[in-house]
Amino acid sequence: MKILVAIKQVPDTATQVKVAGDAKSIETAGITWIVSPYDEFAVEEALRIKEKRGQGEVVAVTLGPERAKEALRSCLAMGADRAIHVNDPAFNDADTLTTAQALAAVITQEQPALVLVGRQAIDDDMGAVGAQVAEILGWPCAYWIMEEAIDADAKRVKAARQVEGGLEVFDIPLPAVLAAQKGLNEPRYPTLKGIMGAKKKEIKDVKAGDLGITPAPQLRVVGYEALPPRPPGRIIDGDVATAVKELVRALREDAKAI
Amino acid sequence: MAGAFWVLVEDDRQGAPKKVMAEAIGEAARLSGGNVEAVWVTDKATDAGLAQLGEWGATKVWLLENAAFAPYRGEVWVPAVAELVAKESPKAVFAPVTSRQREFMARLAAKLGTGLCADAVGFQMDGDTLIGTRPVYAGKLLSRVTWARTPWMATLRPNVFRPAEAQAGKTAQVEKPSLTAAGEKLEFVERREEAATGLPELTEAETVISGGRGMKGPENYVILEDMGKVIGAAVGASRAAVDAGWRPHRFQIGQTGRTISPKLYLGFGVSGAIQHLAGMRTSKVIVAVNKDPEAPIFKIADYGIVGDLFEVVPALTQEFKKLLEK
Repeated sequence: MKILVAIKQVPDTATQVKVAGDAKSIETAGITWIVSPYDEFAVEEALRIKEKRGQGEVVAVTLGPERAKEALRSCLAMGADRAIHVNDPAFNDADTLTTAQALAAVITQEQPALVLVGRQAIDDDMGAVGAQVAEILGWPCAYWIMEEAIDADAKRVKAARQVEGGLEVFDIPLPAVLAAQKGLNEPRYPTLKGIMGAKKKEIKDVKAGDLGITPAPQLRVVGYEALPPRPPGRIIDGDVATAVKELVRALREDAKAI
Repeated sequence: MAGAFWVLVEDDRQGAPKKVMAEAIGEAARLSGGNVEAVWVTDKATDAGLAQLGEWGATKVWLLENAAFAPYRGEVWVPAVAELVAKESPKAVFAPVTSRQREFMARLAAKLGTGLCADAVGFQMDGDTLIGTRPVYAGKLLSRVTWARTPWMATLRPNVFRPAEAQAGKTAQVEKPSLTAAGEKLEFVERREEAATGLPELTEAETVISGGRGMKGPENYVILEDMGKVIGAAVGASRAAVDAGWRPHRFQIGQTGRTISPKLYLGFGVSGAIQHLAGMRTSKVIVAVNKDPEAPIFKIADYGIVGDLFEVVPALTQEFKKLLEK
């Protein structure tokens, strides 16, 4: 069974992110880049499916600049078999739909039985690409997956998606797109052997032309700005009884929050 | 009608629109000068629900009512709404952020070939074009976006937009369009309900209480739940507490959990790691109680108490009780 995992390289959460001089991009100097955490759940799940079935292939795919190769290398170190890098400046202003079109074209060429994605990338937090890939391909799709089980002949998958107030379980024909939610699994750390082995694994570069795509983004970033500063806060001193009384008074009378 | 702002209805699965719809309708009305229509895809609408949408300001409700629409399945919903969009040419399509609307709106945008601004926290008209504002990079920056074509599609973060005030007697015209029904691919197996907490849902609650590593263990969350019952608040947790196994993941606030934007956030024993702030920094009023005066959460808190939460929480609950029983 071939499984394709679409991932994204994003700034580490703890990294400082600053608006660049043009106000339309971010300052990339000094950023630590990682595989988006939800995508790690997707990679881990793909590896577990392969290991459980005792056979199969896990292909990691990303769209991004040259530096995104490091993220693919991390997936290979975890255990993915090979990687595809959609690496073309034509995609520099890609929105979710353009990204989904590129990934859908890769998927059409690769013909996997299952596509796994993270529920959202933690840089622009759109959470749209996986669903849009499914829509473009006409495949069924389930988001915010907490568990999944593929049947013996790899024809269907039973998946539980998280919704407000509970879980909804569906039986879904393959091929399908599943978007991983936290809680699906605990991603492994690459072993030293895995890291060494990853250096020999293939990362294939793909251009827009190879996919037959002329990018035409529908959503454009006009600019980035820093958050408006919050008004200075106030530490309420005094013993517990006094402080608590004053807090409740302030919440009611000053902030009108209760 | 052509040029209207559409708002997808999120309901309680019992035939009543959720109150977050007042916010979505209110914002759409502000931007369009009142040209707002609701689109309700459901297996069960009620007259009271339809009346409520009218009172909030929807001039029309497109009612797509069919047993096949529950539970949500993208392959059934998308063709129906896309067909209606093609017929009616709305200028914008909005929906509140919920788990299913996030997937549905993304798919609909792909089907229509238009842009989607997910999790918007603000809009402004710039001449004839719409500009959407949304937090990015763990909420460290705001991104302003615009669309290449209509319909402008966006999902709206709950508790951010000013809700429409219900106006008694205002009614919406109800239209039941006949649409081609698409077959389903997802075969529904079962729904597993979470144990009811008796408290509001985290993402929609106007007041949220959060417990972090300072809670010391799962058994202590009961003091936060007691406070929650008094003030009608949801109770969440930081990643540290969830990763320690003290609370299920569905209660996690932050980057790999739920994003909330309540009117009042009360954090107890929460240090304020960046990944937690990512999920709550758009809260209107932030209260922090922590033993450590250097805890980063004090930097964004409106009110802070440096002290032992196990003393502060019971005292605060008593004080809230006194206030609200008056």
